[in-house]
Amino acid sequence: MPKIVVQVMPKQDLLDPQGKAVAKALERSGHKAIKAVRIGKRIELHYSSTPTAAQLAEAQKIAESFLTNGVIEDVVSVTVEQD
Amino acid sequence: MKIGVVTFPGSLDDRDAARAIRLAGGEPVSLWHADSSIKKVDAVVLPGGFSYGDYLRCGAIAAQAPVMQTIMKQANQGLPVLGICNGFQILVESHLLPGGLIRNEKQHFVCRDQKLRVENVDSAWTNAFQKGDEITIPLKNGEGGYIATKETIKMLEGEGLITFRYLDVNPNGSMNDIAGLRNERGNVVGLMPHPEHAVEPGFGPDSPVAMRSGIDGLKIFQSVLNSVVSA
Repeated sequence: MPKIVVQVMPKQDLLDPQGKAVAKALERSGHKAIKAVRIGKRIELHYSSTPTAAQLAEAQKIAESFLTNGVIEDVVSVTVEQD
Repeated sequence: MKIGVVTFPGSLDDRDAARAIRLAGGEPVSLWHADSSIKKVDAVVLPGGFSYGDYLRCGAIAAQAPVMQTIMKQANQGLPVLGICNGFQILVESHLLPGGLIRNEKQHFVCRDQKLRVENVDSAWTNAFQKGDEITIPLKNGEGGYIATKETIKMLEGEGLITFRYLDVNPNGSMNDIAGLRNERGNVVGLMPHPEHAVEPGFGPDSPVAMRSGIDGLKIFQSVLNSVVSA
């Protein structure tokens, strides 16, 4: 199904407790090369046909206004994907 | 005087909020998330709980509810609105108050009787207090860490828009110990702790006088009665 994929990450300067916990567990299990982990979100918006440029622009707007809160998160990317 | 209490899917403290309004001398009116009508109420309380299972972000989906579109419009025209806990999260997600609320600093859900200092008494929901009053009301949240940009914090501090600050313990890592805020006009107030659980002797936090006798939350609901009568 054609879709628009929105990727979201917590802001750089914000503590990411999930990422921190995972990084600690990796370190404990011997993965010394991994210095940090950050965990974000992937949100898929599904369409019945390939999204138009207008729909992509609309998705960008939705991503910034509703799917994320600009105080705590950043929209990393909004892209069309086929599979 | 009629005060609406909104029930969203996942609201928990709507009935306690209605009870607090009744004990303060107001008439609670149930409002429903899917209705855009707020039944001509004089003020609105957004209660605590886990609206929409805290999906996406706490309060984010509730902020899109039909009832919230009406509340946002009327709040911008001066309707008194109080957001408690999840209600506070809904207010920030609705942009009626600035900033955001994130996972508690130590990652745990915190439930305790929390001491607060009343910092600003020029709002619809705090005018029954004296500036500097120290009160104790229950706090129970997992995502109560208040954050905002440096400029916003400076603005809040500079204009005296912080209504309540945590005393003794900052339970969730909130910036500047912020427990509650008001908007510039003073009709919208949000706070993380729960005043509606400290309104009736026998059911509130412990006080120096007796166990469970704390009713410090009542003044928040009495304040709005004052403000609507005097308006």
